[in-house]
Amino acid sequence: MTAFWTLQALNTLQYAALLFLIAAGLSVSFGLMGFVNLAHGALYMLGAFIGISIAAHAGFWAALIAAPLAVGAIGGALYAGLLARVARQGPMPQVLVSFGLVFIAVELARIVWGDVPLGLDPPALLAGRVQVLGTVYPAYRLFVIALGAGLALALWLAVTRTGLGAGLRASVENPAMARAIGIDTERLFLWVFALGAGLAGLGGVVAAPIASATPGMAVSVLIPALIVTVIGGMGSIPGAALGALIVAGIEVFGAALWPRAGAVLIYAALAAALIWRPQGLLATGQGR
Amino acid sequence: MTHVLTAGLLAALALPSLALTAAAETKVGLLLPASGNYAALGQDIEDGFRMALTEAGRDDIAVIEADTEADPQTGLTMARKLIMQDRADVLVGVVSSAVLGAVRDTVHQAGVPLIVANAGNSDATGKDCSPFITRVSFSNDQLNRPMGEWMAAQGIETVYTLAPDYAAGQQMIGAFSAAFEAGGGKVLGGAFTPFGKTEDFGPYLAKAAASGAQALYVFYGGADAISFVKQYDSFGLSETMPLYSVGFLTAPLYLREQGEAATGVIGALHYLPSLDTPENEAFVTAYQVDHPGKLPSEYVVAGYDAGRLLLGALETGAEGREALATALPKVAYSGPRGPLEIDPATNNIVQNVYVFETVPGGEAGMTHKLLETIPAVRDAPNGCVMG
Repeated sequence: MTAFWTLQALNTLQYAALLFLIAAGLSVSFGLMGFVNLAHGALYMLGAFIGISIAAHAGFWAALIAAPLAVGAIGGALYAGLLARVARQGPMPQVLVSFGLVFIAVELARIVWGDVPLGLDPPALLAGRVQVLGTVYPAYRLFVIALGAGLALALWLAVTRTGLGAGLRASVENPAMARAIGIDTERLFLWVFALGAGLAGLGGVVAAPIASATPGMAVSVLIPALIVTVIGGMGSIPGAALGALIVAGIEVFGAALWPRAGAVLIYAALAAALIWRPQGLLATGQGR
Repeated sequence: MTHVLTAGLLAALALPSLALTAAAETKVGLLLPASGNYAALGQDIEDGFRMALTEAGRDDIAVIEADTEADPQTGLTMARKLIMQDRADVLVGVVSSAVLGAVRDTVHQAGVPLIVANAGNSDATGKDCSPFITRVSFSNDQLNRPMGEWMAAQGIETVYTLAPDYAAGQQMIGAFSAAFEAGGGKVLGGAFTPFGKTEDFGPYLAKAAASGAQALYVFYGGADAISFVKQYDSFGLSETMPLYSVGFLTAPLYLREQGEAATGVIGALHYLPSLDTPENEAFVTAYQVDHPGKLPSEYVVAGYDAGRLLLGALETGAEGREALATALPKVAYSGPRGPLEIDPATNNIVQNVYVFETVPGGEAGMTHKLLETIPAVRDAPNGCVMG
């Protein structure tokens, strides 16, 4: 029976890693710019589809690098051309415009990639299974766990230990003051937004070999990602990681222990977070 | 000179009106999703339906399309539009069981015949049956019951079941479990996964493996079918717990994406593109004229048979809504999927069910190997009273 629980713990870590990649960008743009970017799911979907197209020509590893770069560029262009303007106009235009972008992206994906869901094979190196902690686990899923953990650590170090991170934290704490001391907050926001988009794109490529790619994933991923952001707290990398672990833990162990309530538990956790800690567990910046 | 001009002009003017009055047209309303989750299925059904019309070479049938979006409310609006505004003589289509439930009363009360080309909701030819609703696709009971009996007869003693948590998933697993247990097997457990929200089946696969059952029986379709098969394979369950399913899991539409992960999956369907009959061979060849390198799915066949049924009814001289409704269930023939007739007790199709194994080979890299044909499967009336 221990093997069963080890397996479920690994499933939790793997799902959390994926959620973290998607939620990190969403959380930072929330916390940093107070921007409700519902188009974040569409960037995740584009990551999966662009990744599959690249992988068909150049293999999985090229897709893993190039697709997030492409999606990051798309995100940056969207921010510079459209979203930065909307960001100043308050939450309602933000929600409407970014949700409109979701519909546009979904239809575009249907036109370009079709209605039949697409799959992506994991690279040969990760196609097998590995013996871990007394159970057998797919190698690719271990790779997802390692990638998520590695990126979470790297992002946390970048925010807390580098000059750029210090500028970012200053801009979150007090944007007016940050501008006064010479930090170009607009440019910083553009880079952070593009980075968040790239992470969503990476999430898409990484998810494609596990869950197949469909236009619908632009919407379906949004709810868990928003719940992660609300529970973890906006604008915080450790918050996004903690939120992802909590949401993944509830989903996986809920499915294992009490499958009938599996779909409800996660919303109960969301409600609890909103009642007792509406700012989230580890919030920073404007979300606080 | 002016005479010739005038005559030519008159003739040109008269031509289109002549074409319009030459024969009483039959108006067909296509109730299919052209957008949303089921758009690919809608396209396949329409392709099949138009194939049947082209094959018959009839030009007195007008087709009006309406997009149901797989949304019950939109489906109902579109059905009303086709019935009242376009004055359709017959409706064809309906992919989602939820849309079928929504349009059922409207179609029944308006007395417009509806040929169901997909939606498998068992109730539509059970307790909610109607003399105006004829189904040429399948019912959820029809595919799962034979599979339960067949697996029990193969000596499989215990299974674990998985399906999405909505009406079709519950009907399918319900019908399977009843038949499997009646045959002497035992369902050790099962789970219904949140519909449209589950992308990672890892937690459920771990539960299935821990249940100790001999085999796994599932129903999944669409994107779920592809990810489920790949995840099942990646956990190495194929070595310890063979996968059985309603055949939609490894249907032709998904096989290319599933690839070798689908090897060994056993299922039951009402049509396989690899069926070795002259009717099917001719059908596949005709389909590939417009779709090179692609095999017809069971949805194309359902659309095609909906067309054949309508043509058969028109050939008897039936005209208008009521006459067509009476004539449609009397049509019977051998098509791509084998012999086909409509059960007068329920208006559901009576057809062969094919048990197959998914094996490498064929044009798409993977194909279906026929294990057993269960002939002329007929649903029990399940509370259907025609009238």
